[in-house]
Amino acid sequence: MITQELSPVTGVRQLADTVFVCSVRSPRIASEVKPGQFVNILIEQTTDPLLRRPFSVYRVDGDRIEIIFNVVGRGTALMSHKGPGDTLDILGPLGVPYSFLDESFSTALLVAGGLGVAPMPLSTGFLKSRGKKVVTFLGARTASAVLPHHLENLQVATDDGTMGFRGNVVELLGSVWKSHTYVKPKIFACGPTAMLRGLAAFAVKQDIPCEVSLEGPMACGIGICQGCPVELVGEEKKFALMCKDGPTFDVRKIRF
Amino acid sequence: MAKTAFTLAGLTLKNRVLVASGTYGYGDDTLDLADPAKLGGIVTKSLSMKPRAGNPPPRIVETSSGMLNSIGLANIGVMKFIEEKLPVLRGLSTAIIANIAASSIDEYCQVLEVLNEQEGVDGFEINVSCPNVREGGLNFGTSCPMVSEITARLRKLTRKPLIIKLTPNVTHISEFARAAQDAGADAVSVINTLIGMAINIHTRRPMLATTTGGLSGPAIKPVALAKVYEASRAVKIPVIGIGGIMNANDAIEFLIAGASAVQVGTANFVDPAAGIKIAEGMNTFCDENRIEDIGSLVGSLVTTGNVSVVDSWL
Repeated sequence: MITQELSPVTGVRQLADTVFVCSVRSPRIASEVKPGQFVNILIEQTTDPLLRRPFSVYRVDGDRIEIIFNVVGRGTALMSHKGPGDTLDILGPLGVPYSFLDESFSTALLVAGGLGVAPMPLSTGFLKSRGKKVVTFLGARTASAVLPHHLENLQVATDDGTMGFRGNVVELLGSVWKSHTYVKPKIFACGPTAMLRGLAAFAVKQDIPCEVSLEGPMACGIGICQGCPVELVGEEKKFALMCKDGPTFDVRKIRF
Repeated sequence: MAKTAFTLAGLTLKNRVLVASGTYGYGDDTLDLADPAKLGGIVTKSLSMKPRAGNPPPRIVETSSGMLNSIGLANIGVMKFIEEKLPVLRGLSTAIIANIAASSIDEYCQVLEVLNEQEGVDGFEINVSCPNVREGGLNFGTSCPMVSEITARLRKLTRKPLIIKLTPNVTHISEFARAAQDAGADAVSVINTLIGMAINIHTRRPMLATTTGGLSGPAIKPVALAKVYEASRAVKIPVIGIGGIMNANDAIEFLIAGASAVQVGTANFVDPAAGIKIAEGMNTFCDENRIEDIGSLVGSLVTTGNVSVVDSWL
């Protein structure tokens, strides 16, 4: 069930240059959220910025949830200045989680680019508790942008080669794939759209099941504004909604 | 407590706050978050004869105190609405106004005829003013003879309340309100979105896939108030005020300007319970100011004497 929770901020900590983790007390959302779902946060009670901002849930700790974010615009800049004493109006949990209950896979390959790491710690905990093997591939621009916390069997790629594999995360996965021994693998990914497109092409070519979590402009987060269409594969032109039918999608079912 | 009910062409609404078309889906997405029985009514997403996929992304962009949208009338089509959504809506204990969009006068008539027989459809709002589809929509709404003809044709087909939703993208909205009234409309909704645009200066591309879109939100409230004022002075039928209403004070401003009821739109995206909070806030205002019938506020703008300056702007 979707709830609207006025959530006291318990802390905001800086992880990297422009990357922060905001921790809030949201007992109802904390008890219901599943990996891959998101929350839509009203950061200020003003009309400018007007709309909520969507974020993946990074971690759950008791009755608290954590949101990881990069300061990229006005909303995230305002959120980076929050602290104890502030309250955020949070709508969640929203969207369709990753299909981790799917019995057809036993090894989850978590593939993330940049801040696409956001849903992966919660995912890792969930998968391990259900006896799935987890391998994580994480891509970033450079070593200082790598966010390696709370992950499992981590392999890193950086564009400039300052940490791990030199290249992007899809190339890293490709290099590992030649000699892999993963039992019944399935890819679950999150990251920039260009990276996800490359990954989807790789997964289709190698015949690996693959789910991606998409990000894009969104207003309501619950399906009433129809503002976040994702084109579905098929003869007739049809759109799903990123917020309500996603943000997780089987790459074989969408054009993106 | 103040009298809140409002009767529109025989249809009694619990209060004067409805949720606007395209901002509340088909009424079934928000049931976890807000009780629709506390609303005056729900105006559905625009319905066309056949389903419409709508426009490609990006469809929305936030602007200063507002947002641009270019949804393109995405909807499931009237038949699927009747099969899947109407049974849910019937149980909500609030008035259901079906909004109709079409690309020809015949299509408007077809959709209305199909819905007119349905139990649970309490009235109609006709969208002659969508800025985001090429054929029809706004093209109808910017021609007075067209508004007149559509209204007259639909009037013959229904006895239920018939509301025409007008566009602000014209020089004199009062002429359009009068055209709708004279052709038999029971009310006019004022206003639909204003045509707007936003540009990414780095790529020099528009921020919306369709280049321009419809501007809504608090940014348009002063424009909407002026249009409501103009339209309500030109017609005898009720004017339903729409445009950037975020709270009860905004809604009361619209009533004073001449609106008999209001619709809450973009605010629903920020808070799905906005309409309910606004209706409750209007009651509180009436109680605090000893107003016995909220209807006494309608068109109560004081135009005599000097305009007083208040220091609340500080």
